[in-house]
Amino acid sequence: MLPVMAVVAVCVFLLLHLAPGDPASIIAGENVSPENIARIRTQLGLDLPVWKQFLVWVGALLTGDLGHSMFWGDPVASLIAQRAEPTISLAITTLLVAVFLAISLGVLAAARAGSLVDRLVMGFAVLGFSVPVFVVGYVLIFVFAINLKWLPVQGYVPIADGVGLWLRNLVLPSVALGMAYVALIARITRTTMLDVLAEDYMRTAKAKGVANRRMLFRHALKNAAVPIATVVGNGVALLIGGVVITETVFNIPGIGRLVVDAIARRDYPIIQGVIMVFSGVYVLVNLLVDLSYTLFDPRVRG
Amino acid sequence: MEEPVLDVRDLRTHFFTQDGVTRAVDGLSFTIAPGETLGIVGESGCGKSVTALSILRLLPAGLGRTVGGSITFGGRDLLTLDEAEMRRIRGDRIAMVFQEPMTSLNPVLTVGEQIAEAVMIHQSKSKSEAWARAAEMLTLVRIPDAARRVHDYPHQFSGGMRQRVMIAIALSCHPQLLIADEPTTALDVTIQAQILKLMLELKGRIGAAILLITHDLGVVAETCQRVIVMYAGRKVEEAPVEELFDRPLHPYTRGLMGSIPRHRPGIAPSRRLQEIPGIVPNLRAPVAGCAFAPRCPQATPRCAAEAPPLRRDATGHEVSCWEASP
Repeated sequence: MLPVMAVVAVCVFLLLHLAPGDPASIIAGENVSPENIARIRTQLGLDLPVWKQFLVWVGALLTGDLGHSMFWGDPVASLIAQRAEPTISLAITTLLVAVFLAISLGVLAAARAGSLVDRLVMGFAVLGFSVPVFVVGYVLIFVFAINLKWLPVQGYVPIADGVGLWLRNLVLPSVALGMAYVALIARITRTTMLDVLAEDYMRTAKAKGVANRRMLFRHALKNAAVPIATVVGNGVALLIGGVVITETVFNIPGIGRLVVDAIARRDYPIIQGVIMVFSGVYVLVNLLVDLSYTLFDPRVRG
Repeated sequence: MEEPVLDVRDLRTHFFTQDGVTRAVDGLSFTIAPGETLGIVGESGCGKSVTALSILRLLPAGLGRTVGGSITFGGRDLLTLDEAEMRRIRGDRIAMVFQEPMTSLNPVLTVGEQIAEAVMIHQSKSKSEAWARAAEMLTLVRIPDAARRVHDYPHQFSGGMRQRVMIAIALSCHPQLLIADEPTTALDVTIQAQILKLMLELKGRIGAAILLITHDLGVVAETCQRVIVMYAGRKVEEAPVEELFDRPLHPYTRGLMGSIPRHRPGIAPSRRLQEIPGIVPNLRAPVAGCAFAPRCPQATPRCAAEAPPLRRDATGHEVSCWEASP
């Protein structure tokens, strides 16, 4: 886990500092003298050689300090914390609903392989995976918010203002964000389930008189769980990337928006901080997924 | 004669593939008496396993289908039952043990759950009663320390032990008929004998009849009372077991017997092992005469043209051959 994070840190830092654009001149605004810009650069430590800047940043990072925003001056950690609720809400609701929906669809498609249901589910999976998040988002807004007026167009309501309102505002962004994720998981569920259903022990179960539902969920799904969990974990990368776009499309004041704004201002510490947090979450989720294997497969327990 | 447990009449099971229709079982009839052990022998692809799967309707969906005949069990034709009625019979009245003990148990469920499951489904017993039965069944199939081992997973058992677990599952609801499809083929020779002995012993205790599918005439000789020899989806000979070994009538049966290595202590093997020339016919092509004719040393022009009927003598020895008479 730590080596992965170290590589991420180096890459993020190098990429940002190789990219064109100067935060100092953005902060200073237009019509300023080169002396003023130079002063700001010195204040922000941007006049140091890149390797020194890196060491300063990493040194702070190791003590848990993500640095301060170049634009706001606030600590990056508290900026992220302020914006965390909408993003966590969106990610968790999407994750739960998508995993549940995707596994149901995948199992259904596998149980009725070759049928119309199967073809509809797989058709949806191809579509869901190929259409970008922002297109899905705008189509959803157009249909359900503008034409049908069932749901709000944009924005976010904190959970403290009422669970109902909070949920209403999350429906469309979650659907937009979850599409590709559902598609991915449904496909792997179907494929794995088809393999499992062809196993000898499924015939044994049938020969015992086990009913279909129990065959699918008790006997087959548990055997299919390891590949599915792996994709659920890997797919979190999809969610993280999607969160940034979804928050922009639906005007949700979350971490995604924070980073998009920071990129426009070349606010390096925020960008670096958010990416470190995102990649930390991703690595952690996949560690949990690895640990979950022991739950599903007794052979891993050894 | 006693009412048979199972009465199969003119069973036809076909496989529908892109290359055409394969007649895996083509007009097979037989009965099994209560408590009897009936063997079906034949080489790979003769339709013996498909027969077993047809009885419990476990054929791979969309591929194999029983297209004709009847399978009467407990006064009802299994082929006409709906899926829910069929489920009540599977694992309860008719149980099955499969060839591959290594892959026939679910790797992620404990053996206790896999045994208790059948009991809970069919006997409306509570979970604890079903688990108690599971431990009892494991003891019965001679797995030491059964009370603890019910909580183990299949990978913690050897092949022979897993087949014992399969037998425990199959017998847990005291079925009237146990179908054993090559139950010992995948096991070491020493284990084979143990498993066969165990099956026969428990069968006696429970009073089940056994349909034993095998390609091994040695197994048949040791376990069965009656034998059916199948070739290309049809029955070519049927007889009580001693009768068949003493007086094999069909050239195919004689060929099978000739291909068994025999070794008597103190006597050097005097002859080469006989093989049956040729291969099993393509079951997709319609057969006009006797299916064995192309490989038969005694075939006459009539054999290739006209299918020989099954003829039966007073001892119950049946044969389907123009050149042999019972």
